[in-house]
Amino acid sequence: MATTTAITPVKYWSGGKSPFNVEYGKLMMWYFLMSDAFTFGAFLIAYGTTRFATNGWPNPNEVFSSYPFKPEGSSPAPLIFVSIMTFILIISSVTMVLAVHAGHNMDKKGVVRNLILTILGGLAFLSCQAWEWTHLFHEGAWWGRNPFPNADGTLSTTNFTNFFFTITGFHGFHVFSGVVINIVMLLMTLGNKFEQRGHYLMIEKAGLYWHFVDLVWVFVFTCFYLV
Amino acid sequence: MSNETILQSTIGVTIPSEIDNHEEHVHHHHESFITKYVFSQDHKMIGKQFLITGMFWAVLGGLMSVLFRLQLGYPDSTFPWLEDIIGKWGKGGHISPEAYYALVTTHGTVLVFFVLTAGLSGTFANLLIPLQVGARDMASPFMNMLSYWFFFTASVIMLSSVFVETGPFSGGWTAYPPLSALGSASPGSKTGMDLWIIAMALFVVSSLLGGLNYIVTILNMRTKGMTMTRLPLTIWALFFTAVLGVLSFPVLLSGFILLIFDRNFGTSFYLSDIYVNGVGALPNEGGSAILFQHLFWFLGHPEVYIILLPAMGMVSEILSTNSRKPIFGYMAMVGSLFAIAILAFLVWAHHMFVTGLNPFLGSIFVLLTLLIAVPSAIKVFNWLTTLWRGNIRFTPAMLFAIGFVSLFISGGLTGIWLGNSALDIHLHDTYFVIAHFHIVMGVASMFGMFAGIYHWFPKMYGKYLNNNLGYIHFWLTMIGAYLIFWPMHYEGLAGMPRRYYDIGAWESFKQFADLNRFISTVAMIVFAVQLLFLFNFFYSIFKGRKLTTKNPWNSTTLEWTTPINPGHGNWVGEIPEVHRWAYDYGKDGHDFIQQTTPIGEDESIH
Repeated sequence: MATTTAITPVKYWSGGKSPFNVEYGKLMMWYFLMSDAFTFGAFLIAYGTTRFATNGWPNPNEVFSSYPFKPEGSSPAPLIFVSIMTFILIISSVTMVLAVHAGHNMDKKGVVRNLILTILGGLAFLSCQAWEWTHLFHEGAWWGRNPFPNADGTLSTTNFTNFFFTITGFHGFHVFSGVVINIVMLLMTLGNKFEQRGHYLMIEKAGLYWHFVDLVWVFVFTCFYLV
Repeated sequence: MSNETILQSTIGVTIPSEIDNHEEHVHHHHESFITKYVFSQDHKMIGKQFLITGMFWAVLGGLMSVLFRLQLGYPDSTFPWLEDIIGKWGKGGHISPEAYYALVTTHGTVLVFFVLTAGLSGTFANLLIPLQVGARDMASPFMNMLSYWFFFTASVIMLSSVFVETGPFSGGWTAYPPLSALGSASPGSKTGMDLWIIAMALFVVSSLLGGLNYIVTILNMRTKGMTMTRLPLTIWALFFTAVLGVLSFPVLLSGFILLIFDRNFGTSFYLSDIYVNGVGALPNEGGSAILFQHLFWFLGHPEVYIILLPAMGMVSEILSTNSRKPIFGYMAMVGSLFAIAILAFLVWAHHMFVTGLNPFLGSIFVLLTLLIAVPSAIKVFNWLTTLWRGNIRFTPAMLFAIGFVSLFISGGLTGIWLGNSALDIHLHDTYFVIAHFHIVMGVASMFGMFAGIYHWFPKMYGKYLNNNLGYIHFWLTMIGAYLIFWPMHYEGLAGMPRRYYDIGAWESFKQFADLNRFISTVAMIVFAVQLLFLFNFFYSIFKGRKLTTKNPWNSTTLEWTTPINPGHGNWVGEIPEVHRWAYDYGKDGHDFIQQTTPIGEDESIH
């Protein structure tokens, strides 16, 4: 680079090269994420319109007010547990960034360490979700069953739980596939695949997916727990 | 020289790129039958796989329409042979009402998705994108192969639904709940619907894998000199098609997932206050069937353009080549494709004017819908002005391309009627709509597909199709299409409802009995003519006249610089560099100048 004197401006769109200076896989990942954003967008808009068209809705502060090993009779703890879940997922995004960064520096050890942390974060999030689903199930909630009355005390429809389980389930499935992808990345790293290729670009693509899944959670979290 | 060698020589930034993979394909390696014809990763072979699977479905879907036209045209006659071939569905020589609805539903689903989406853009995106942008193959040949096999699996499942005891899904290709959500609602809503929805979900996956590949190949893998504005219009059209698919199919997938939960897990996303005869009142509360319609049509309308845009692109290319003139208004063509792609996402509710949409909201959708007339008209005038004073060669491909323009005008004009919500109230559930969308989207896109097949068959198989059979195919199909669908406008204006099994029960529609018989008869003839085309296709693959030149149509684009039967990797040696746009016909006294020819000294740069 230093020896070439750049005189003619680089023509990114004139063919023979990527206009965005990226390999095809990353471009494909961006388009896939746009596509996936439309899937989640459709879900959340369907949820929003249904809720808007329904008289009354359960109060999330009352529904989500427990946590594991909560003492009998202690006062409700609204949104405590889900905040921890969210925090875990966001931290896993940070470790993913560190893994990508280590990949840029061809630092195999750093990649391995941070990927393991990311995988653990993902698994922790999934475990939290499993606990929460089990807890709600024991309270009588499931697809087609909603034990929670509306905030104003009136009888609710089942669509609160229907949407909750479908959308958080769909998101959980994304987290799960993200964990699987990260495990594959970890195994490839340990097998020196990326060292041989001379770059860790695959980790970047996995990272894009992981950050997207985290970002979606922010919206899912807002729509189901805060609003 | 492959893309990335060029890349590294032009700029200093190293992109350790996976594009490199393709270089290996340049060298001929021995392929087994399985890797060459079955699990092929060669985009040309995958294109042929899509085409032939699409043809299979076109025959089946067409045959279904012949069967239900039999009912509509000859409601009082009996056809004992029907019972022989479809058993209890044709008891006493009559198609049963259940079978009628199942046939209509499957005809719609199959033609829209399996023929005109997978069969059309699957075929030509795969065949043309790498060849016309100058790439060895798709960005990811492996994903491309998966895309076909997901489609194939979807096909097998959809086909199997025809054979289940309760019959295939019979609630219409739009699959509106509650018919699609409640197994107890009709026989076809049981196993048939389960198979339908699984097949469609797999189809969405196939379309996503294909679409991502098309987009990325067009953006990333153009050969040196191939700027975006030097791309043939086919590529632009396929690009917008792929973007539409990638952004609209996921919404349909969401709708389907909610539908699966309503069907199988006791939810009420689309259900509320329902009483089913023989079952009683259902407990489902709080859902809305209209929610599904929104989710469906958010795909459903872009889907119309997913079907139409590839045909538009190919027609532009074929018209220009065979008029020996540059395409008129290249940038306007690209711009109007872009405008259509944007508007495609903003007009879905015009399918719902009579489902209880707020009239104020309806008026916004009227406005946005009518806006589509602007880019459509730009395209039509550009096609006509391309033809104007051209040195026209009436090849079968050219005839079908001109036929496309004719049909697009005829069907497009009635779109303006239907786009007005006030008129739509009268016309929506009548044969007027059948006439409109069959002409503008069904037959027109079919014509685009035929044009593409006739034009690129030499590239696919190194042979020509028989011209005389092609001319017979064109004229009978063209005349037949108008004879079938034109009268339906009158029936629709008179209020004759669509979807009905037997219209003869109404005194006001008895006047159309003869006309319906006429339509059905023509439909059968046109179907038979398509078999003639299939004969031509398969016969010519083996016995057709062999190509003796690389560039049979004296065309400018890159695919005609490859060998007559290109191997995997397309070009022997380096990929050619591109120096000009794709439409230098009749320039400076030259009949045509290929894109690979450098700009001469006395020539102006386009």
